[in-house]
Amino acid sequence: MKQYFELFWAFFRIGGLTFGGGLSMLPMLKYELVEKKNWVTEEELLDCYAIGQCTPGIIAVNTATFVGYKKCGIAGGIFSTLGMVAPSLVIITTIALFLEQFMGNKWLGHALMGVRAVVCALMLNTVLALAKKSLISPLCIVWCVFIFLLAMFTEVPTILLVVMSGVFGILFNGYAKGRKSE
Amino acid sequence: MKELFLLFGEFFKIGLFAVGGGPATLPFLMDLTEKYDWFTMKQLTNMVAISESTPGPLGLNMATYAGVQTMGVFGGAVSTMGLVIPSIVVIILIAKFMEGFSENRFVKAAFWGIRPAVTALIAAAVLGICKVSLFVVGGEQLQPEIKTICLCAVIFGLLQIKKLQKIHPIVWILSAAIIGIVFRF
Repeated sequence: MKQYFELFWAFFRIGGLTFGGGLSMLPMLKYELVEKKNWVTEEELLDCYAIGQCTPGIIAVNTATFVGYKKCGIAGGIFSTLGMVAPSLVIITTIALFLEQFMGNKWLGHALMGVRAVVCALMLNTVLALAKKSLISPLCIVWCVFIFLLAMFTEVPTILLVVMSGVFGILFNGYAKGRKSE
Repeated sequence: MKELFLLFGEFFKIGLFAVGGGPATLPFLMDLTEKYDWFTMKQLTNMVAISESTPGPLGLNMATYAGVQTMGVFGGAVSTMGLVIPSIVVIILIAKFMEGFSENRFVKAAFWGIRPAVTALIAAAVLGICKVSLFVVGGEQLQPEIKTICLCAVIFGLLQIKKLQKIHPIVWILSAAIIGIVFRF
């Protein structure tokens, strides 16, 4: 029981002290899990990051489940995930409940407008970074543009676009590779 | 009660199909603004702003916020559980049965196609967020919010400078909140 609580608490700290999640969480994960607790090696952590990125869901949650499972089996995975989730749940629920009441406040309005500007800048920057990493061949660029147009101007559900892209990848990846090796 | 199931179901679907972490949930949340009257696009931009400026993974924060916005405290817990459960199941299955999952030929090929699509989906969602954040949508016309657009452009420019990329996002967010108050955005 103690080890489950330990897992919960470690991920609770990680969830409660990092902003943004995903990649920005890596230094904190490394510090807590590799250096302080010795639960996983750095290579294992990076592997699990790679898996977290190519499986559905929030990367931070995927990583928590993976490390927890490696350490103490299924219950370990669940406790780690609950630890990761708990701070968000408490903090955001509190804010969401009270913010509505302050929404009319003039100063909060000014501050939020400023924050929105940064959020747009940060997100545009994320898109740029993603584009640099994912647009690795002409065919990828064509597909990206095609999906972008569908997402912007049609009502095709996002799920369908993701599934289509997986099928596209399986069908055409060999083709792209074959050309590269020629 | 039926609404709660619906909320759980929608977030379960997001958890199952949002590949690429937090930002990848954004296009799905946008779908929700069109499908249900749970929250508006304007509220979604607030959710994104709050989720970015509070601790915790972006995707979890947005899910909790959306749930609370839709159905109160219980809604927040339900949407978050919905989002997380597919992850737990998928990851445990992979850890248990699929050594070398990320090295698998078919998985690699599928992701070769999914990655550029996720970029496109996130780009489209981000443009939607920018539209609502940087313009006043009044009637038919889009009124630009000049101050916000300028601040956004300046910070985006600064983010391209290598040396400034180490700065923690929360620093940008706090300074922007102060700028917003000082210059009465």
